[in-house]
Amino acid sequence: MKHPFIHTVLAAAVLSTLSFGAHADMSVEERLTAMEARLNAVEAENLALKDKLKSANQKIDATGDQVEKIASAAPSGKAAWAENTRIGGYGELHYTNLNGEGGASDTNEIDFHRFVLFFGHDFSPRTRLFSELEVEHTIVEGGKGAVELEQAYIEHDINDTLSIRGGLFLIPVGIMNETHEPPTFYGVERNPVETAIIPGTWWEGGAGITARLGNGFTLDGALTSGFKGDIADNYAIRDARQELADGSLAKNAAYTGRLKWTGVPGLEVAATLQYQSDFTQGTDPNAGSAWLGETHAVLNRGPFTVKALYAQWNLNGAGPASVGANKQNGWYIEPSYKLSEQWGVFARYNLWDNQAGDNISSKMKQIGAGVNWWLHPDVVVKADYQQQDNDNGENQNGFNLGIGYQF
Amino acid sequence: MAKTRTASTLASVTSSRMKNLRAVVFGLAMWMGAAHADRVYQQPDAFVAEAFGGHAPAPAVLWLTGDIKTEVRAILDHDYPAMRLRYWGEAGHSVWVLDEIGKEAPITVGIEVENNRIAHMRVLVFRESRGWEVESAAFIQQYLGAALNPNHQLDRHIDGISGATLSVRALTKLSRLALLLHRQTPYSKP
Repeated sequence: MKHPFIHTVLAAAVLSTLSFGAHADMSVEERLTAMEARLNAVEAENLALKDKLKSANQKIDATGDQVEKIASAAPSGKAAWAENTRIGGYGELHYTNLNGEGGASDTNEIDFHRFVLFFGHDFSPRTRLFSELEVEHTIVEGGKGAVELEQAYIEHDINDTLSIRGGLFLIPVGIMNETHEPPTFYGVERNPVETAIIPGTWWEGGAGITARLGNGFTLDGALTSGFKGDIADNYAIRDARQELADGSLAKNAAYTGRLKWTGVPGLEVAATLQYQSDFTQGTDPNAGSAWLGETHAVLNRGPFTVKALYAQWNLNGAGPASVGANKQNGWYIEPSYKLSEQWGVFARYNLWDNQAGDNISSKMKQIGAGVNWWLHPDVVVKADYQQQDNDNGENQNGFNLGIGYQF
Repeated sequence: MAKTRTASTLASVTSSRMKNLRAVVFGLAMWMGAAHADRVYQQPDAFVAEAFGGHAPAPAVLWLTGDIKTEVRAILDHDYPAMRLRYWGEAGHSVWVLDEIGKEAPITVGIEVENNRIAHMRVLVFRESRGWEVESAAFIQQYLGAALNPNHQLDRHIDGISGATLSVRALTKLSRLALLLHRQTPYSKP
């Protein structure tokens, strides 16, 4: 196809040739001869321009090649380790306004609940460090607030299907323990079942393995530090975490296995089993081992998502049985609907009991509903309302507001 | 749980555990022998060749300048980290090998566009520690046949994967990008 510019030049040449200016006294034959000469000149010029254009394109391509080569080879000014080091993070600010009843306290607080920084480093394409450092509640003072190392492990890909890790890492259990960045879940606070029964955020020290089995199956295994529960806390699961603080006992390990299936788009089904070889690290002769069984499903179909989770602990020994803590269980179901890319609404029903092993009523029930407004896929504003109906009559009802981000 | 064990029982258990440990170490050593970098599901060259029945044409170049650069930035939320892209085109379809970071490392994806719709797509190299589930054929299946609507969004919803939100987002961006870039090539007309 000829360039429009060429057409314009040709037209101008013809018009100027046929005009009555300089050639007014020429015969028609002389004019045609002159026009032919001009056309030949224009054609020659056109060919020359084409050659120049081709040459210019070649030079541009060569320049592009060279620039890319330089960009990929030249030092960037960063140290070698910095080239392979990444940072990220998330955070969330909460406002809580709850009315207490039956002896429960009122709460009217604002709190920067979590400020988290990730640091990752690739030692090689298959050996990497992942770490997560968290400041909770802004400052550490008077027993409030915390600086926590929540993850710090080395992961090594043995091959495309098998990875091993060692260090301090999150236990593979539940929906939220490993993925809890604020834009990824509904509700200002994390759900109470994955707080009281699955004690998220739950990390331990040890070694783990992940096998990607194909057809959507993933198998995780971990040999880690264990709990150190205490009768003073009624053997409550959350209080049993040692968190690898100074003096954490390592007499009795925990063994975790999880099988997860994501073989159908939008569906995750998983089950975790954990064995704690001694729930109190041998400090309580009336307590023994413990088992956790957890299963959950997440179904996403278009704008609709439903999450459901059930978890139960069985604690051996006369001690836990004496306070009903030999069985601790809970479940929740959370349907949600995305009205648009920016807006989503949810409702959640939670039921849990940390002393379900006796006949004393000790169930905790909380229902809630709310809205998420994503200002950006990684920035969310949240609002929700909660109402409790606990067997002990101590309820906190009210609303929560929050803003969170991840990067 | 029994709190006291006899010495012989402990010795027996320890011996048994040592044997198991040796077996585990040996097994790991065998696995190490087959080790290689990243998770390469298919070499980019092989993906391109497959798209053209084994005979890929010479690559063409698309410069990311002017309006194209602006539209690319609108899809990715950042500039593509190159001035130009190589692609392979022939009679109504084009093939692209594109990178986008999910959470922290680039995911390399091969995408074939035919008649302005996704004809074939595959995760070629996955470098992140989580979210690898996006590689599964069942997940990728959702993109096949997808086209761009006037807002440069896919004309369909992609069901996500719990815990792999950022990887899913990266693949969706790259599918939109490939469809946009295809329109800029001489091969966008059937």
